[in-house]
Amino acid sequence: MGGKGGFSLWTIDGGAAHDRPMPHDHSDHDHPHSLLPSDPALRVKALETILTQKGLVDPAALDEIIDTYENKIGPKNGAHVVARAWSDPDFKAALLVDADPVLAEMGYYGRQGEHMVVVENTDAVHNMVVCTLCSCYPWPLLGIPPGWYKSDAYRSRAVREPRKVLAEFGVTLPEGQAVRVWDSTAEVRYLVLPQRPEGTDGLDEAALMALVTRDSMIGCGLAARP
Amino acid sequence: MTRVHDMGGRFGDGPVVSEPEHVKFHADWHPRALAITLACGSLGLWNLDISRHARERLTPKDYGRFSYYEKWMAALADLLVETGAVTRAELEQGTSDGASDLANKRLAAAAVAGVLAKGGPATRDSNVAPIFAIGDAVQIRSVPENVMVSGGHTRLPSYAAGATGTIVRLHGAHVLPDSNAHRLGEAPEPLYAVAVKARDIWAHPEHPDDEVILDLWQSYLSAP
Repeated sequence: MGGKGGFSLWTIDGGAAHDRPMPHDHSDHDHPHSLLPSDPALRVKALETILTQKGLVDPAALDEIIDTYENKIGPKNGAHVVARAWSDPDFKAALLVDADPVLAEMGYYGRQGEHMVVVENTDAVHNMVVCTLCSCYPWPLLGIPPGWYKSDAYRSRAVREPRKVLAEFGVTLPEGQAVRVWDSTAEVRYLVLPQRPEGTDGLDEAALMALVTRDSMIGCGLAARP
Repeated sequence: MTRVHDMGGRFGDGPVVSEPEHVKFHADWHPRALAITLACGSLGLWNLDISRHARERLTPKDYGRFSYYEKWMAALADLLVETGAVTRAELEQGTSDGASDLANKRLAAAAVAGVLAKGGPATRDSNVAPIFAIGDAVQIRSVPENVMVSGGHTRLPSYAAGATGTIVRLHGAHVLPDSNAHRLGEAPEPLYAVAVKARDIWAHPEHPDDEVILDLWQSYLSAP
């Protein structure tokens, strides 16, 4: 499972050289952020201006990060993994036992996907993923989380009434299928392997990929039928 | 007691509203906020756990009224001032008072792809041996609080506190957020996936066989 990460966007040790007093709670008006403009668009602009002038942020690097998550990394990656698992039993077996080396070989390792677990839906179990404490999500496989995944409604309700939430996505599970909700409370990220739809015998990997929706890999939907 | 972000199981929130896959952001400033936050993370002034805790330390009033990326921006501004990277005066005036001595840490555009691809694993070698195995019953700590720092960061959701569960996976030794968020060291220890029956944590479970599974550190657990 890998050792120390070295240089990364979040240095895990926080940099001992920058030892600072422990952060405290602030009173309402004492929060430094309240000094910024109240309009969020202006607030972001002000921060970018200050940080750029100080030499702490390179606007071209910001463009590069945005391009990565808008255009390069998204649910197609996850769909590729799912379609291959549907097509290749040995691949699927390896993926379910230890996903990290399998995904790394496909080039789907990266930030917020360092420790992956793939959970398989069956006739007996339907899996669903949430992060009740923040918004943890497998970025290298699914991209940036959708708005609803980060919403208070999903975070609060997915663990207590997953079937009602699924109904809001148009999904009704059979009575005999148990729900397992995975709350992403650590740095492990979960991907749901949805059930392969009926009537897909003979479809190749590319055709199968088109049936794998983002929501089905979070467990809030089922794979589409051809 | 807990903080406002710890909302699993809470009543009163409305329906979950789905949206098409092509919708990535809802305003032009959202991707900018995301990118600034990621870029600042590379300065090495804080770690992932510190940044999560900074969002949790927003007042409940701010946490509730801010949209997702507003929380990110507010926590980022607070961290930049707390670590001395930016001054309160600079935030107030909207311009810099001079170049930073950390400018050599700035994330360059050419480095972005490599940094995103490299990630930052949370697994570590640890001298804390696992004391539980798959199938073992465990008791989850009954008080969902950081036991080292009052009001400090923890990843134990209150809805699971005090419940009995079953170990379903061993994840290896991971950095302990309760320590790392307060610059008290990484303190790696075994991390487990723990399955809890819905009927053991909710008064009105939807189905007798449903479960919630949480990733919990060994120090959150004891033998029942």
